[in-house]
Amino acid sequence: MLQQHTHSHQPRPLFDPQIMRGAIMAAVRKLDPRHQVRNPVMFVVEVGSVLTTGLAIQASLGQGEASPGFIWAIALWLWFTVLFANFAEAVAEGRGKAQAATLRQSRRDVQAKQLSSTDRSRGYTTVPSTSLRKGDLVLVEAGDSIPGDGDVIDGVASVDESAITGESAPVIRESGGDRSAVTGGTRVLSDWLIVRITANPGETFLDRMIEMVEGAKRQKTPNEIALNILLASLTIIFLFATVTLLPFSLYSVAAVKALDPASSAAPVTVTVLVALLVCLIPTTIGGLLSAIGIAGMDRMIQANVIAMSGRAVEAAGDVDVLLLDKTGTITLGNRQATAFLPAPGISAARLADAAQLASLADETPEGRSIVVLAKEQYGIRERSIHALEAEFIPFSAQTRMSGVQVPDRTIWKGAVDAIERYLQDRRAALPAQVRADVETIAKAGGTPLVVVEDVTVLGVIQLKDIVKGGIKERFGALRQMGIKTVMITGDNPLTAAAIAAEAGVDDFLAQATPENKLELIREYQRGGRLVAMTGDGTNDAPALAQADVAVAMNSGTQAAKEAGNMVDLDSNPTKLIEVVEIGKQLLMTRGALTTFSIANDIAKYFAIIPAAFATTYPALNRLNIMRLASPQSAIIAAVIFNALVIVGLIPLALRGIAYRPVGAALVLRRNLLIYGLGGLIVPFIGIKLIDMLLVGLGLV
Amino acid sequence: MQWQSYTQLALYLGLLLVCVKPLGAYMARVYSDQPFGLDRLLAPVERGIYRLAGVERKAEMGWKTYAGAVLVFNLLGLLVVYLLQRIQQWLPLNPAQLPAVTADSAFNTAISFASNTNWQGYSGETSLSYLTQMAGLGVQNFLSAATGMAVLVALIRGLSRQSVRTLGNFWVDLTRSTLYILLPLACVVTLLLVSQGVVQSFDPYQSATLLQPTTSSDGTPVTQQVLPLGPAASQIAIKQLGTNGGGFFGVNSAHPFENPTPLSNLVEMLAILLIPAALCYTFGVMVGDRRQGWAVLAAMTLIFVAFMALSVAAEQQAPPLESGAPLATAATPLQAGGNMEGKETRFGIANSALWATATTAASNGSVNSMHDAYTPLGGMVPMVLMQLGEVVYGGVGSGLYGMLTFAIIAVFVAGLMVGRTPEYLGKKIETFEMKMAALIILIPCVTVLLATALAVSTDAGRATVANPGPHGFSEILYAASSAGNNNGSAFAGLGANTPFYNMLLGLAMLSARYWLIVPTLALAGALVRKQRVPTGAGTLPTHTPLFVGLLIGVVLIVGALTFIPALALGPIVEQLML
Repeated sequence: MLQQHTHSHQPRPLFDPQIMRGAIMAAVRKLDPRHQVRNPVMFVVEVGSVLTTGLAIQASLGQGEASPGFIWAIALWLWFTVLFANFAEAVAEGRGKAQAATLRQSRRDVQAKQLSSTDRSRGYTTVPSTSLRKGDLVLVEAGDSIPGDGDVIDGVASVDESAITGESAPVIRESGGDRSAVTGGTRVLSDWLIVRITANPGETFLDRMIEMVEGAKRQKTPNEIALNILLASLTIIFLFATVTLLPFSLYSVAAVKALDPASSAAPVTVTVLVALLVCLIPTTIGGLLSAIGIAGMDRMIQANVIAMSGRAVEAAGDVDVLLLDKTGTITLGNRQATAFLPAPGISAARLADAAQLASLADETPEGRSIVVLAKEQYGIRERSIHALEAEFIPFSAQTRMSGVQVPDRTIWKGAVDAIERYLQDRRAALPAQVRADVETIAKAGGTPLVVVEDVTVLGVIQLKDIVKGGIKERFGALRQMGIKTVMITGDNPLTAAAIAAEAGVDDFLAQATPENKLELIREYQRGGRLVAMTGDGTNDAPALAQADVAVAMNSGTQAAKEAGNMVDLDSNPTKLIEVVEIGKQLLMTRGALTTFSIANDIAKYFAIIPAAFATTYPALNRLNIMRLASPQSAIIAAVIFNALVIVGLIPLALRGIAYRPVGAALVLRRNLLIYGLGGLIVPFIGIKLIDMLLVGLGLV
Repeated sequence: MQWQSYTQLALYLGLLLVCVKPLGAYMARVYSDQPFGLDRLLAPVERGIYRLAGVERKAEMGWKTYAGAVLVFNLLGLLVVYLLQRIQQWLPLNPAQLPAVTADSAFNTAISFASNTNWQGYSGETSLSYLTQMAGLGVQNFLSAATGMAVLVALIRGLSRQSVRTLGNFWVDLTRSTLYILLPLACVVTLLLVSQGVVQSFDPYQSATLLQPTTSSDGTPVTQQVLPLGPAASQIAIKQLGTNGGGFFGVNSAHPFENPTPLSNLVEMLAILLIPAALCYTFGVMVGDRRQGWAVLAAMTLIFVAFMALSVAAEQQAPPLESGAPLATAATPLQAGGNMEGKETRFGIANSALWATATTAASNGSVNSMHDAYTPLGGMVPMVLMQLGEVVYGGVGSGLYGMLTFAIIAVFVAGLMVGRTPEYLGKKIETFEMKMAALIILIPCVTVLLATALAVSTDAGRATVANPGPHGFSEILYAASSAGNNNGSAFAGLGANTPFYNMLLGLAMLSARYWLIVPTLALAGALVRKQRVPTGAGTLPTHTPLFVGLLIGVVLIVGALTFIPALALGPIVEQLML
């Protein structure tokens, strides 16, 4: 019985109770200053928490600058602010760790059957898989786990790769060609393979995957660093703005007292200054920044794509050009029969009947599609080839036709030139109408197959690439986002142009070779564009290495996987579009929360400034437009709002903000409205509500 | 407010905007080495200068060389001005036989004029000889302005060129700015001013007998008045054009010999914003997309108009007198009404408030009225305009390079919001660019805050404050904002010619000017090496009204968020207490 791994196909709920528990513990552990210092914004908050805690203790001992209750409340909520930010990061990491735990189960050490040569008859020695090195040969038989990443150099076997891909249907792995790569931790179900190991222990695909999902080796991405610089400099500015407020306040108090010695003016307290500082510095985005980054990777994993670096996820958002393979991405896997065009004097039903008969034993997708079309259009049911005493004539390179021999006649189908040669040999010719049909089909990007019964030309079957449903709309959406789609195909330019037009791609590369594909990528890059592509074959490797975002198919060769910076476990080339969307969403979420965080400050000023200087200048109370109950309740409410907003936005940080494929100008307008204007208004309401609650509960 | 006021404001803005395109296009040709007419006449002079100075015209500079040249050249200018002040008593053209300026004042003034700030702790007519004014300050008025323009041009080249390492040649940019732009314009403005009666003379100061004798504060009768003279018109023209603002006389353009008529007032006000506004168009032409220049200009103009309206409205509403005495403050055809304290009757409310807005929007700093006597809100307008970083038109060159830095910050946040690595004019904004942009925003803010904090917490700083309470705080904050953003305008009310303020504000001016020029050039140096990414539907458009709004938002928020607490203790509370 196969063990079912469905980890990546069922999206984990946003708040898995088990992850939550772990995250709460981790949030406390992350208070370690050595960890905090990596995030300048939150580090400042932690320093503020320590400082106010000290002041609170001092106040409790009776020498405080304000009432102990007030200072304790501020100190407590500042600690919560740090904890909430830690918690956000821990939740994001927890989701990755849960993923990694599942993966780790497949990485248990196994005994490997090491071979000394490619000849398996010479026996093997049993060694632990951890001792295998690059270049070693191992034998893997039915029931064995594959001990490490490698290339199949001999044998064919069905392999259960569910541990990696989550897909339970076994896949075939064989030497040579594009299906030769095997991954450590997967299991051979039948037959045997000889594998040349291609990765040292600790460097295997599985190891890297675990590392990535755990975020263990997570490095800040370039864009994250740039944003951190902006946040750090805002923090420095606010640090100076609040620190200098103490001398300003002392000066003002002295000035007031000079005029009115009876005034109760008192300088602003350090507690209030720390509260003001924490409210002003961008804690919302600062607290959620790393969670956003980790969640972006996580969303990739949910999409069953493993990114080899955070940088790659980010680059996906910047992609300008998508190179898409025609087959499998733009069109359904294979050509399909779409019409029967009978020759003059022949009924369509007769053509369909003959064509179906000739295709009954033809197991190619094209052959199957002819049978299906005959059934759909003329209700011709499948017949047993044995009952008809028919004999299938398979396609041969010599005749370049295939057909069927029934007792009274022979039916052939094949490309037009092959049929013509066949007819010439029998002193017959192609009717003019049929020739015209053939040309029409070819010009429209289809493939004509001519059907002949003995020497009677029955007509033409039109085979066409079927463009996937909805793909045209998707390309339209990409165009709106400013992304150009380029179809890569081995077809001739005529056929390629027809399919390109039907699918709505912006451009195409016909008669593609690995060389001209690579050249195309370089050309786009020279023009300053970022190129994304998918690939699976070894000959794709140079292009994958050159592309900025390169998604290798998991079914592909080891070389392709090495060259790409992402691996799609579903091996679905259309995934590239999703990858781009996830990358964009990641950047958008960062930008939106930054805007929100900064816009929040306006309301906090209105809450704290009148409160901080209430005794010095009672006139400033006219700025208390929220009508907050008292100076202390105003400041506590602002600090509580500032802490709670981090928690409130964790789901948004993990999910990413709503994403729609529209042009940049529209996206900006929308996000500015929601997060800019929203960020301006929400805190006014939030702080007022918290203030009312504090008063209602009699806490202030 | 009277309809005349509206008309004057509209006329001013209209005239200014009309000049933007022709002057901007002209300057673009000057910097792009295309023929522009005047070069045929002056090219031999230009070549002569290069030969004399040993400058290789075609030699391009990387950002470090360019910055090095800027710094060395400015340091030399600074030393010359310092020396001239210290030895003026032995030099010719000193009819009033003025002694050497004190060391701290000379230090302050030298930095002030080299850094295009033109903060004046001294009074020109009682401190500086004609020679110091002309050879020291006058020359720096040209060269500090040309320095700003050169740095801007280097930044523009950083945006418009791609995949190279060089930004042009500082000596060439400096020479061409002076020779082809500043000098010709200064000649025209000087002649206009002289036609209005601005003095231009080497005669010694004149004495006149007072028709109505008065007594001085110590009770001695005063019957004679000394009328200071000097080569003023020529210096005033460049002081306005180069956003320098250092007045020939102590009271600057409120002095009847500096600014005698409403027409001279209009010309001087136009001269303040002329080049900074036109440079936006130059920028658009040089980056190959005029819309980009118009967008930046639109953002500046919108902020300007809003502040101008606020200032005029605040001044037109005179505050009630503390004594409660009746005061005719309504505007009538015969009087301007409003708060006329500290304003010249020949300019009235509109032209005073407009000047105050323009002179602080640009980093000019000349005044035609005393900002200290404005209503709290009216006085806050120039203060905030300076604290925004002098980017609303701003100084010649420096205003636009500051604004482009804000544009880069705006692009960064907005770019993220559209889901791409942010790019401005096709140049990707990455870590290094953000570092430099952050420095450029950070330094003036920190300078102003620290200088204010130092002044209010030391006896030396508090000693010379004229007014108690929030107004006194405003006076200090204003001085620090002025020096820390290279504006140079004075609120008055603060005795700033003391060793303490001369040193403090001198250092503030130094840091605000050169700590910004170096990161700006580093930014240009990083941008010039990048490829220009082609724009498409996915890239953030930076010429749309939406972006203009966003840019305004970023400028206001960064400025406002930094200074709101300080302002609350100064003008805001003062206004609320009225």
